Amino acid sequence: MDATISHTELLELISFRIGEQDFCLDIMAVREVRGWTVATPLPHSPPYVRGVINLRGAVLPIIDLKARLGLGETVPTQRSVIIVVHIGDRLVGLLVDEVSEVLEVDKATIQATPSVGCDTVEQFVRGIIPLEGRMLSWIELDEILPVRIDEAA
Amino acid sequence: MDSFEAIKQTYFQECDELLADLEQNLLMLEAGEGDGDTINAVFRAVHSVKGGAGAFGFEALVAFAHIFETTLDDMRSGKLDPEQDVIKIMLRASDVLVDHLQAAKGQGVVDEERAATMSRELEALVGGGSNEETAPLSGESGGDEWGFKPLMFEVDAPAPAAGLTLVMRPTATMYAKGHDAVLFLRELERIAHAEIELDASALPSLDALDPEASYLTWTVRWPADVDEKAIRDVFDFVGDDCPIELKRDAPAPPHQPAVDVAAMLANIRDAAGPPVVTEEEHEEKVASPAAPGGKIESKSGAAAATIRVDLERVDRMIDLVGELVINQAMLAQRVAESETGRSSSIAMGLDELEQLTREIQDSVMAIRAQPVKSVFQRMPRLVREIAGATGKQVRLVTEGENTEVDKTVIERLSDPITHMLRNAIDHGLETPEERSASGKSPEGVVRLAALHRSGRIVIEVSDDGKGINRPRVREIAVNKGLIQPDANLSDDEIDNLIFLPGFSTASAVSNISGRGVGMDVVKRSIQGLGGRISIASVPGKGSTFTLSLPLTLAVLDGMVISAGEQTLVAPLTAIVETLRPKPQDIRPIGPNAALLAVRGAHVPLIDVGVALGLRDTPIDATAGVVLLVEGEGGARAGVVADEIQGQRQVVIKSLEANYQRVGGIAAATILGDGRVALILDVDAIIASQRDRTEAKPIALAS
Repeated sequence: MDATISHTELLELISFRIGEQDFCLDIMAVREVRGWTVATPLPHSPPYVRGVINLRGAVLPIIDLKARLGLGETVPTQRSVIIVVHIGDRLVGLLVDEVSEVLEVDKATIQATPSVGCDTVEQFVRGIIPLEGRMLSWIELDEILPVRIDEAA
Repeated sequence: MDSFEAIKQTYFQECDELLADLEQNLLMLEAGEGDGDTINAVFRAVHSVKGGAGAFGFEALVAFAHIFETTLDDMRSGKLDPEQDVIKIMLRASDVLVDHLQAAKGQGVVDEERAATMSRELEALVGGGSNEETAPLSGESGGDEWGFKPLMFEVDAPAPAAGLTLVMRPTATMYAKGHDAVLFLRELERIAHAEIELDASALPSLDALDPEASYLTWTVRWPADVDEKAIRDVFDFVGDDCPIELKRDAPAPPHQPAVDVAAMLANIRDAAGPPVVTEEEHEEKVASPAAPGGKIESKSGAAAATIRVDLERVDRMIDLVGELVINQAMLAQRVAESETGRSSSIAMGLDELEQLTREIQDSVMAIRAQPVKSVFQRMPRLVREIAGATGKQVRLVTEGENTEVDKTVIERLSDPITHMLRNAIDHGLETPEERSASGKSPEGVVRLAALHRSGRIVIEVSDDGKGINRPRVREIAVNKGLIQPDANLSDDEIDNLIFLPGFSTASAVSNISGRGVGMDVVKRSIQGLGGRISIASVPGKGSTFTLSLPLTLAVLDGMVISAGEQTLVAPLTAIVETLRPKPQDIRPIGPNAALLAVRGAHVPLIDVGVALGLRDTPIDATAGVVLLVEGEGGARAGVVADEIQGQRQVVIKSLEANYQRVGGIAAATILGDGRVALILDVDAIIASQRDRTEAKPIALAS
């Protein structure tokens, strides 16, 4: 979901940390941020699918974003949070180490992701945003979920 | 949705009901149960459909409904006997009317040829096609009273064609007498598909235009040979008011735009502005979408008071009640764990709350329950079509139409029933000749019944045909490698071979059943809903398909079990019994498999934790519990779990809504502690035992 771009081309993002790296997401895709609760593991799922939790009656799959980005498995701590995002018509929880802030950036400052010869980077990083001596990777959500198993018949 | 669109939707809803009633009444007439009131009701239904269609400008629908209505009018006035053959035509006409309505909704297209044939059949019943005089259409009539502006048509170049060409020059007198050129064109189009051209070259500019004069000439060309008399008949009663020239093999006039009649009608209508109607007519038309309902209600004024509620509201309420049940369970669990214990007044209050929530849940589910009638009603048409295509004579008998079942299940019933009926007629019933030869009535009977049995809905489709040819079924199964040639199978087991993937009994792939969708697919989709299907057959007497489904797909009675650290729910319907096995009943077989002896039979033991990849090594079955489960088709297995926590009704939550299907898991639910528990797909677990190599343990993270 794209943010409504105003005349000044400002983009509202939510930034978060995974390990030593900073990432951000379009805030329009975020429905809520909640604390970590233990998930019920799903059989026959990729390792980055932590399982499912109960989000007020809905069954919410939890993706370990660190594992999804190939940075190793998250060890949940008190500060770990789940960012609940819309991906298409589905609601998905992303497990991250901590949420940093909500910020506005000028769209013009977003730089294309340089090729670093890494598939996960190419797949999941839409662009990079330099910010106060740091760098945020702008996450592309569309391919975060595993490919749906299409039912035969 | 604007208000016009809203009225239109209401009209469609009402049409669906009217057409269902129409078919119902026709079936009654066919069975000889109807009387004058029934005929009147049939007439009113078609009339109401037509009335509304006129208001919304569904021309094709109006035209067809009109012919239908004319025929029905004859029946109403006693000119036409409601004998079986006539009613059969009317039933097929009602099918075509449904097609037209679907097309008007923008869902599907009308088979023009079929509709045209149908119109002719109906007209033949009245004895002539000259019913234009009573034409109800005032939409375009006397369009020249409004004054035309020149029309621009976007057209393809006309294909030069030999055949029959008609030039029609309506005079002002004809229009003055209330005739409408459009109706002639439509009638001509009905005789055979024609190319119609409008010559508007005589049309003066607006200031010179005489609004009551006639300036338009049409050329109608049929590429193939058509009956000249039929064409002349169309103009029979206008005589000199509309001179026509009929020429054979006339060359196509060059550079004349050719348009199809529908596009032309649309263009004329657009250009002519609002339909020319008198104030009275106008009111009647606007009011008509609401009128049909009123008429029907007055007929059955004693019926229970009902309200129409948006389904979304009901669904939302069911969701909320589901949450309430979960919350109540959570609360109960917390109280039980707390120091106040079970004896306190809080606990008593909670018990009452539990009762109440259960009652609320039942009542809310009852709101969404619907009789299976809505599905059954679609079947007579299907049966007619299949019977027509296979050349068999079939009578459909339905029973238990008022059996209620949750809406979520209703929606899923249609496909399997359709398939079972197809099978029964195509494969089950013999041809009339074969039937007569074996001393049966040439007309085969297919029975479709619904009933409640032990908390499930059972649908039975039975035919009085030849039954399953067991030697043939066996032979096919052997040829296709589905069973061993020396397999020892009971009759019942042979019958159920038809549900195996890759099995099809039709020696020639037929148009009806052989659509690449076998009974195995039907079976799988039913199993996906927690249902079962089986077949029983008596050679020479017929077969019965039995399909059972849970009454709702919203809640499930389950047994809560634990495996490793996980809590799982097994559907109670799949569990035959639970037991703690004795060591001597467990018989190891092969390197790492074991069988359990249960009353003489041996069933494979499946550790649920291993099957789901929750752990690598199975637990000792004697230390845990075994759920003896039965999958579809009767395959049994012993599912080993650590312990049983209890039985409870759980609210089914879809995993697919936010994620996707997961192997071995049917759905999810939320337990009293607020955590998600997975509901086992017993069949998939039994199947996983067979191809164990595919089940790889997964790395768990929690």
